[in-house]
Amino acid sequence: MSLKRLLSITRKEFVQIKRDKPSLVMALVVPVVMLLLFGYAVNTDVENSAMVVLDMAANQQSRELVDSFNNSNYFQVTDYVTEYRQLKYLIDDGKAKCGLIIPSDYAALLKRGGKPAVQLIIDGSDPTVARTLVSTGNLIVKHKGLQHALQVYGGLGLSFSDKNSPGIELSSRVWYNPNMESEKFNIPGLMGLIMQNITIMLTAFAMVRERERGTMEQLIVTPVRPLELIIGKLIPYVIIGSFDFLLVLTLGVYWFGVPIQGDLILLLQLAAIFLICALAIGMLISTVSKTQLQAMQMTVVFILPSVLLSGFIFPRETMPKVIQLLGTLVPLTYFLEILRGIVLKGIGMQHLKSEVIILSVFTVAVVALASLRFKKRLD
Amino acid sequence: MRESAIVTRDLTKKFGSLIAVNNLNLEVPRGKIFGILGPNGCGKSTTMRMLCGVIRPTSGTGEVLGYDIMKDSEAIKQNTGYMSQKFSLYQDLTVEENMQFYAGIYSLSNKEARKRMEKLKEMTNLRGKERALVSSLSGGWKQRVALACALIHNPKLLVLDEPTAGVDPVSRRIFWKIIHRLADEGVTVLVTTHYMDEAETCHNTAFLFSGRLLAYGSPNHLIKELKVSTLEEAFLSLVQRETGEEVEISFKSFLN
Repeated sequence: MSLKRLLSITRKEFVQIKRDKPSLVMALVVPVVMLLLFGYAVNTDVENSAMVVLDMAANQQSRELVDSFNNSNYFQVTDYVTEYRQLKYLIDDGKAKCGLIIPSDYAALLKRGGKPAVQLIIDGSDPTVARTLVSTGNLIVKHKGLQHALQVYGGLGLSFSDKNSPGIELSSRVWYNPNMESEKFNIPGLMGLIMQNITIMLTAFAMVRERERGTMEQLIVTPVRPLELIIGKLIPYVIIGSFDFLLVLTLGVYWFGVPIQGDLILLLQLAAIFLICALAIGMLISTVSKTQLQAMQMTVVFILPSVLLSGFIFPRETMPKVIQLLGTLVPLTYFLEILRGIVLKGIGMQHLKSEVIILSVFTVAVVALASLRFKKRLD
Repeated sequence: MRESAIVTRDLTKKFGSLIAVNNLNLEVPRGKIFGILGPNGCGKSTTMRMLCGVIRPTSGTGEVLGYDIMKDSEAIKQNTGYMSQKFSLYQDLTVEENMQFYAGIYSLSNKEARKRMEKLKEMTNLRGKERALVSSLSGGWKQRVALACALIHNPKLLVLDEPTAGVDPVSRRIFWKIIHRLADEGVTVLVTTHYMDEAETCHNTAFLFSGRLLAYGSPNHLIKELKVSTLEEAFLSLVQRETGEEVEISFKSFLN
């Protein structure tokens, strides 16, 4: 291993990257654009769903109920109708995501301490949204019912404290992301996904380009060793990749407002390991492929399943065993654990040991495989 | 130290069922210009690539500068300069950057590299073009840059695969002047060519046809032996002897 040869490769790569302006711009702009685009697109939060109201009671109590829906961030009353037909039409049309039907005997029943049946109709085409709306709607109605019960009991001269109130009070607390904002979960994941995709693409062409342009033949007749060539080519991209990660991280913190709970330095160190690992995978693709087109195809074949297998969208815990096992072969899986762990939970090294070890082993293995796979011959 | 720079024994390369090089026995003396002549696909490039360690022979042995081509290919690489048929330098780098890159790859010290680069720029008349991007140069200039890069590590053997294909006559002449100057300095040059005028200036020539060696010797010796007046006629008479008249005619039109 000669440092002189390795650095010659690195310097040459740098000059080539510098001259290839469009690719350089791509490498620096694409991560930002992707994060902004996906940061908003991958938003499973439910906010201000359009609601149509069919209020057959039309009195103070029913209006209070409508108000409490309206005051939550989840529902936004957009229309009042007088007939069920109209309500159905608006939901069919997609103008409203849900409909609230208050029966004419709503107030009367409440006054008597009865249980009026309020109906909430929800467009279930998107189950995620529907689930949130159902549970929120339930909560609002339950709360309202309790308020009325208090009033009724109070009016009768009876009183009760919070402890012996009728019904069951559910006390739940959500950790790490108390408001369950999906951004908090998605942004760190997105950072990992974007870093994986960009870095693999950066190096997937590095070696095959030399092959296609015929410069490989000249390199083969020199004393340069495969490992020198591979590491020498990796170095510039590690620097570009690190810059990309800082960019994406800054955007996540200041633009999307996802603060880093844990140790920033630790995060940067572990991100560097992941970067090298992903770049090495790209390099492996580059040494295996014969043309740039092949390299592109292989990159896509690797990237697409990794989105699902890594647990970026759906939790890996609910996947069948085989799929979970496949996920363990994707380095992004571990980096997502690290990212979410440090950014959201603020955990330290003691909880991330296995992830770090596996990532490191992956990195060394892939670099070794790439340099073994790379034969200094053309046949 | 042996007298010959290159010795091959029954060197053979097969690509599937195609025999590109067939039991080739070659001996190239040190410090001489050795030309390999032959039509396209006769196995010239394949032979050179095997000698430089770019591809592996199917069978047979070879020694380059006393090193085994199978076992010591890295030692051969450190002492051999190679220019492939296709221009294979970095077009997006400047002349100087290309030279610097190869100087680094051959582990030259900074001082050595500077000295070699100065000498080669003078030799190939590249001065003033240092900062030009290789992609902006014409064929003749590119070929001189390639030569300068192949010589950066002061190799004992220079292997040139059709170095003047597609280059104008003036650039060709300049190029060959450099080749002769190198031979005078003691560098062994192995060169393939289609041009008979180039071949005539070689110290030794070998005729390759369908992967086999047809004849081998100094141009004058070959002309005398075959009782012809030019090297071209020598080649044609050899091919004729080998395959019959029909090929001779098609061959003549190809060579002209």
